[in-house]
Amino acid sequence: MALRMWASSTANALKISCASKPYLSLSRCFSTVLDGLKYAESHEWVKHEGSVATIGITDHAQDHLGEVVFVELPEPGGSVSKGKGFGAVESVKATSDINSPISGEIVEVNSKLSEAPGMINSSPYEEGWMIKVKPSSPSELESLMGSKEYTKFCEEEDASH
Amino acid sequence: MGILCCVCFLQEEEKETRTWNSSSGSKMLIPQTRNIGLPIMNLMRFKGLPILQQLHIEEQLLRTSSENWCIINDGTNDPTIVMGVSGKPAELLEIESVLRDQVPVIRRFTGGGTVIVDPGTIFVTYICNKEAIPDLQPYPRPIMSWSSSLYSKVFQGIGDFHLRENDYVFGNHKFGGNAQSITKTKWIHHTSFLWDFDVRNMAYLKLPKRAPAYRSARGHLDFICRLKDYMSRSTFIDKTVEAAGTQFLLRSFELETIENCSETEFRPSTRFLTNEELEAAAVAGQ
Repeated sequence: MALRMWASSTANALKISCASKPYLSLSRCFSTVLDGLKYAESHEWVKHEGSVATIGITDHAQDHLGEVVFVELPEPGGSVSKGKGFGAVESVKATSDINSPISGEIVEVNSKLSEAPGMINSSPYEEGWMIKVKPSSPSELESLMGSKEYTKFCEEEDASH
Repeated sequence: MGILCCVCFLQEEEKETRTWNSSSGSKMLIPQTRNIGLPIMNLMRFKGLPILQQLHIEEQLLRTSSENWCIINDGTNDPTIVMGVSGKPAELLEIESVLRDQVPVIRRFTGGGTVIVDPGTIFVTYICNKEAIPDLQPYPRPIMSWSSSLYSKVFQGIGDFHLRENDYVFGNHKFGGNAQSITKTKWIHHTSFLWDFDVRNMAYLKLPKRAPAYRSARGHLDFICRLKDYMSRSTFIDKTVEAAGTQFLLRSFELETIENCSETEFRPSTRFLTNEELEAAAVAGQ
C-alpha cells in the first residue's frame, strides 16, 4: 500500500494518471500499462471489442521515442499483417516503424493524428489510437502479452540496457 | 540510376594484404589491431556518388539486408536539397528560387530536417542490426548518444565537439546534421557533415519552424561552421573508419549497380519532388 501511495504521488508528479482509474497498472518504469489490452513485443497495443480491434503504441514506446511530430498511417480499406509494418512515427529526427500485432482489414484510421501527432504522447491508449482493424485471425490475439506480462517485458528490456 | 539487386550487386574488392577465407568466399578485412569478437560491418566508400543513389542504397540495405553497414560518401556531385520524410516544402524552402535555379529536391526516408548538400558535404551512415551493439536500446536518443560517442573519438582534442540537441557541434556551431530510421530489426543513423559549403546555397533554405533551442534564431551562416577549419577530409574519413573499427570488424565492399534487375521487389520511397509538386506546395503553402 505504501508503495502504491508513493507510486501514485510520483505518477502525479510525472503527470501519469493512475489512482482514479482502477484498471490501470503502474509499472516500475513509470510507463502506464492498461489491463484488458493485449501487447506486442514491438510495443503496440490492441483493444479487441466485438468485431473491431483498435491499435496504437504503448506509453513505454511513446516515452522512449520522444515528442512525436509526424505520423504516417495507411488508408482505410487496406490490410495489415501480424508483425508487419503499417505506418511510422517521426520523433527526434527519427522515423520508427509501427508494426501490427494482428492481421486484418483496416476499417478506420485516426485522421486527427495528422494535425495533432502529439496525442500519441499525451494519450497513447485513448486519443492517440492509430487504426481500427477487423481481425482476420482472432486467434492471433492469444499469442500477445497481457498487461502483467508486458509490464515485466518492459522492465526487463529497460534493465538489460 | 538503376535498380539495385541486393544479392548480386556486391563484388569483393581485390586489394591489399589481409584476406580471410570463409565458406562464402574471400572477404577483404580492413587492417585492425583488435578485432576479436567484434560484429562484422561492411564498409562501402564512395566519392561524389549522387545523393539520391546513396539514399536508395541505404534504404534498400536497411529494408532487405541482415548485415551491418557503414557507408561513406566523400562529397556528392550536384547541389541538392534533401528534406526529411515529413518536410513541407513551403515551410522549409524558398520555392521560387529553387524552381528558378532548378535545384533538385529530394524527400528522404528518414526523419529530421532539411539540408542542401554538395561536393563539400561528407556523408557517413551506419546501418545496424538491433543486436549489433550490446546494451544499446533501439530508440532515437540512445542511438544518437552512441553515435556521438563514436565521433568523440574522431574529434578528440579538436574543437569543442559534442552532440547538442541532436546536432554535431563545435561549441554552439553546427557542422553535422543527423537523421535516423528504426525498423523492427534494424536502424540507420546517417549524418551529413559540412566539411565545406557554398554560402549562396544556404539562401534556398528558410529558417525552419522546428529548430533546436540552442540555435537561438540565428541565421544559417551564424549557426553553422565548416569542418575544414578543424580537419582535412582524408583525416576525418580515416579517423571515422578507425573509430568504427573499435566496435566492428570492418569488411570492405565495392558496389556495382545492376540496371533493371527485374527480380528486385524493393522500391525505395526516397525520391525527387517534381516541379509540379513544388509549385503546388507553394500555392497551398505546404
